[in-house]
Amino acid sequence: MEKNLALILLISPFIGFLFNIFFGKKVSKGLSGAIGTMTVIVSFLLSIFFFAQVNQNGKGIEVSLFEWIQVSNFKLDFGILLDQLSILWLLFVTGIGSLIHLYSISYMHDDENIHKFFAYLNLFIFFMITLVVGNNLLVMFIGWEGVGLCSYLLIGFWYKNQPYNDAAKKAFIMNRIGDLGFLVGTFIIAYVFSTLNYTEIQPLIIDGKTNSSLLGVAALSLFIGACGKSAQLPLYTWLPDAMAGPTPVSALIHAATMVTAGIFMITRMNFLFDITPEVQNLIAIIGAVTSLVAASIGLLQNDIKKVLAYSTVSQLGLMFLALGLGAYNVAVFHVITHAFFKACLFLGSGSVIHALHGEQDMRNMGGLRKYMPITFWTMMISTLAISGIFPFAGFWSKDEILMVAFEHNTALWVVASIASIMTAFYMFRLMYLTFFKEFRGTETQKNHLHESPSLITIPLVILAILAAIGGAINLPGSMWLNHYLEPILVGKHEVHILGTQEYMLMGIALAGAIIAIAWAYSKYIKQNFVPKVDSEIEDFSKIIYNKYYVDEFYTFLLIKPINALSNFFRTTLEPALGKVVFSFGTIVNGISNQGRKLQTGSIGLYLFAFVLGLCAIISYLFIAR
Amino acid sequence: MSTVLIIFYILSAITLSTAFLTIYTRRPIHSAIYLVLCFFSIAGHYLLFNAQFLALVHIIVYSGAIMILFLFTIMLMNLNNEDEVHKPRITRLGAIIVFILISIIMVSVFINSKTIMGDYDDYGNDYQSIKVLGKILLNEYMVPFEFASILLLVAMIGSVLLSKKEKSGK
Amino acid sequence: MGNILNQIGIENYIFLSVLLFCIGVFGVLYRRNAIIVFMSIEIMLNAVNLLFVAFSTYHQDSEGQVFVFFSMAVAAAEVAVGLAILVSIYRNLGSIEIDKLKNLKG
Repeated sequence: MEKNLALILLISPFIGFLFNIFFGKKVSKGLSGAIGTMTVIVSFLLSIFFFAQVNQNGKGIEVSLFEWIQVSNFKLDFGILLDQLSILWLLFVTGIGSLIHLYSISYMHDDENIHKFFAYLNLFIFFMITLVVGNNLLVMFIGWEGVGLCSYLLIGFWYKNQPYNDAAKKAFIMNRIGDLGFLVGTFIIAYVFSTLNYTEIQPLIIDGKTNSSLLGVAALSLFIGACGKSAQLPLYTWLPDAMAGPTPVSALIHAATMVTAGIFMITRMNFLFDITPEVQNLIAIIGAVTSLVAASIGLLQNDIKKVLAYSTVSQLGLMFLALGLGAYNVAVFHVITHAFFKACLFLGSGSVIHALHGEQDMRNMGGLRKYMPITFWTMMISTLAISGIFPFAGFWSKDEILMVAFEHNTALWVVASIASIMTAFYMFRLMYLTFFKEFRGTETQKNHLHESPSLITIPLVILAILAAIGGAINLPGSMWLNHYLEPILVGKHEVHILGTQEYMLMGIALAGAIIAIAWAYSKYIKQNFVPKVDSEIEDFSKIIYNKYYVDEFYTFLLIKPINALSNFFRTTLEPALGKVVFSFGTIVNGISNQGRKLQTGSIGLYLFAFVLGLCAIISYLFIAR
Repeated sequence: MSTVLIIFYILSAITLSTAFLTIYTRRPIHSAIYLVLCFFSIAGHYLLFNAQFLALVHIIVYSGAIMILFLFTIMLMNLNNEDEVHKPRITRLGAIIVFILISIIMVSVFINSKTIMGDYDDYGNDYQSIKVLGKILLNEYMVPFEFASILLLVAMIGSVLLSKKEKSGK
Repeated sequence: MGNILNQIGIENYIFLSVLLFCIGVFGVLYRRNAIIVFMSIEIMLNAVNLLFVAFSTYHQDSEGQVFVFFSMAVAAAEVAVGLAILVSIYRNLGSIEIDKLKNLKG
C-alpha cells in the first residue's frame, strides 16, 4: 500500500510531463495548465499524508522499488526513503510548486508554447522529488542531474533569443562542474563503504572505523557539488544570468527548490561532514563571503529580478554558513522561510513585469502601489520578512543563524550581520523604487496599469501569509522543527535558551535592519534619488555595478583558453587525424593502382608469367619438399 | 655401345636440332619443314619402342595432317615474309633466362628423384600391337574414345564457323 | 629382344623429353609470330607423348599408348581451331604478331 502511494507520489508529475509533451499542443491552454497543476497537487496531498504518518510514528518509511546494481559486494537499489527530512522538503517543494503552477497558468497564457512550459515544470518537479526521496546517493544524483537539465530547458525557454540560450548554457555548464565534485565524492564514499545508502553509511561512520583523510576529500568534493547547484563562490555567476527565464521559473527553481538541493544534500550527509571539521570550516567561510559579496553587488543593480537573484545568492550563503557551523536544523529552518518569502517576492516581481508588459528596469517604474495594491502589500510583507523584522518569518531564522555564528566565530558573525544589513537596504530600495513616488515609465504603460488577475494574486497572498507566520514552526519556545529533525541529525544540536546575550544579539540585528531601512527611505524618498543610467555610473559604483568583473575574469581565465584549444583541435588536429584515417584508403588505392599495371594485355607477358609460375610450382613440389 | 644406343643418339640429335631450328629460323616455311623432320624423328623413336601402330598414326596425323594445315595456312595467307620485328632485347634476354631456368629445374627434379636401378622387366606378353590396342581402346576406354570423336566433330564445326567471312552487307 | 630400355635406359628418354619440352617453352616465349608459337606448342605436346610411350614400355602396359592416341586427337583438334582463329585475327588485324593483340589492356 505504502509502496504504491510512494510510487504515485514520484510518478505523478512525470505523467503530467508525458501528457503535456505528447498531447499538450492539441488541448487548450487551460486544460494543459490544469493537468500540469493537478499532478503536482496530487503529489502534495500524498506528501501531507506521509507527513502525518511519519510524524505519528516518529520514524521514516523506506521502500525499495527495484534492485538496480549488483556488482560483487556492492549493491544498490532504486529506493525511496521517506523520513522526516525528505518529507519536509517534499512538502514545500510540491506545495510551492503547485502554487507556482497555478500562477503560471495566468502568467504564461500569452505564450503559444505553454504546454511545453508545463511539461518542463512537471519534469522538474519529478526530478526534484527524485532527488529528495532517494535513499542513496546515486538516486539523488539522478535527480541532481535532472533538475540541472530542467533548469537549462526552462531558462532557455524563449529559445529564439540568443542571450537567453547563452545564459542557459552557462547555468548548465557551471552545474556540471559542480556535478563532477559530486561524482568524485560519491565514488570515494562507494569505495570506502561499499554502499551508498544513507541508512547504511550512518552507523559505519558513527562507529568511527574509517579513514578520515579520504572522507575529508569526499566531503570537500560533495561540497563543490553543492556549490555548483546552490550558487556559492566561485560557481555563482550563473544564477543572476538565469533570470533570463520566465519569472515562474525563477521563482520555482532559483528561489525555492533547486538551489536548496545543495543544502539538502549536506544535511542528508550531516554525519559525514561532522567528522571532517576542516571542510565544515571551509563551508562556513565560503558561505559568509558569498553572502557579503552578493549583497554588495545587489546594492546597485537596476533590474528588479537581478536584485532578487543576488539576494538569493546572499541568503544561500547564510544557509551555508549555518551548515558549516554544524547547525543543520537552523539552516533547514532558514531554507523553509526563505522559500516562502523569496517565492513571494519573485512572483510579485513577475506580477509587476506582467503589468508593465515586460519592463524590468526599476528606473522606469515607480508609484505602482496605487495601481497594484495586492502585489504591493504581499511584496511588502515578504520584504519585511527578508529584512529580518520582528515578527515575520525571516526574523526568527536569520537571527538563529546570527546567534550560532556569534557563538562559534565572531568574525563570521560580523560578516553575516553586515550582509543582513545590506539585505535590508537593497530590498527596501527595490520597494521604494518600484512602488513609491511617481511613475517614471511611458504614457502608454501608465494607461495599461492594472492589478493582475486572481490566478496570479492568490498564490501571492498565500505565500505572503506563510512568510508572515512561517516562523511559528521553530519559535524559541516550542522548537518544533528541531525536535522533528532530531532523528536525522546525529551530532549535538543547538538549543538556544534565551538569555541576555541572545536578546542583545536580536536587538543589534533588528536595530541594524531598521537603520538600513531608514537610510534607504531618506535616500530614495526624501532626496528623490533615482539611479543613473548605465553610462553615467562611475568609479567604485561602476565596479560593483559590473559585478566586480567576475564574469570577465572567468572569460579571460577559462573560456578563452578553452575556445582557443577547441579551435586548435578543429583547424589542425582534426584534419591531421582525417589524413591518418584516409591514408588507409589512399594506401589501398596506391597498391591497387600498382597492381593494375599487371594487366598489360600483352600475351607475351602472360606467357612469361605462365612459365615462371610453372617453375615455381614445380620447384616447390619437387625440390623444396 | 650397342647399335640401339647409337641409333637412339642419332635420332635424338635430329629431334633436338630440328626442334631448335624450328624456333630459330626466320622464315615460317623453313620452320614448318624442320618441324616435319622433327616429327619424323620422333616417329623413329616410336619404332625403336616397337610401337609400330603408334608410329604410323603419328606420321599420318602429325606430318600428314597437322603440318599440311600449317603449310597451307602459311602459304595461303602469305605469311612467309621476313618482316617480323624482333622483340625488344629485354624480352629475348628474359626468354633465354627463363629457358635456362626451367630446364635446370626440370632436369634437377628428375635427377633428384630416386632412379631405379636394376633390370627392366620383360614379361613377354604383347601389349602394344594393334590387336591389343584396339581391344583396350574399345573396351576400357570406350567413353573417352567416343568423346574424342565428339571433340573432333566440334573442332571441325568450330573451325569452319570461325573462318567464315562476315557477310559484307553492313 | 628384351626390353629396349635395358639397352638405352629410361633416364635418357627422360632427359630427351625434358629438353624437348624446354625448347618448346623457349619457342613460345622467344618468337612473336603466332604460327611459330603454335609450332612450339606442338613440339611440347610431342615431347610429352614421347615420354608417355617410354613409360608405357617401362611398365609393359598399353595404357600409356592409349593416352597418346587421345593426346594426338586433342592436338589435331586444337590445331584446327587455333589456325581458324589465327585466320580471323589476320583478317581483322592485318598481321599475326601476338604483341598486337593488346585490347585487353587494363
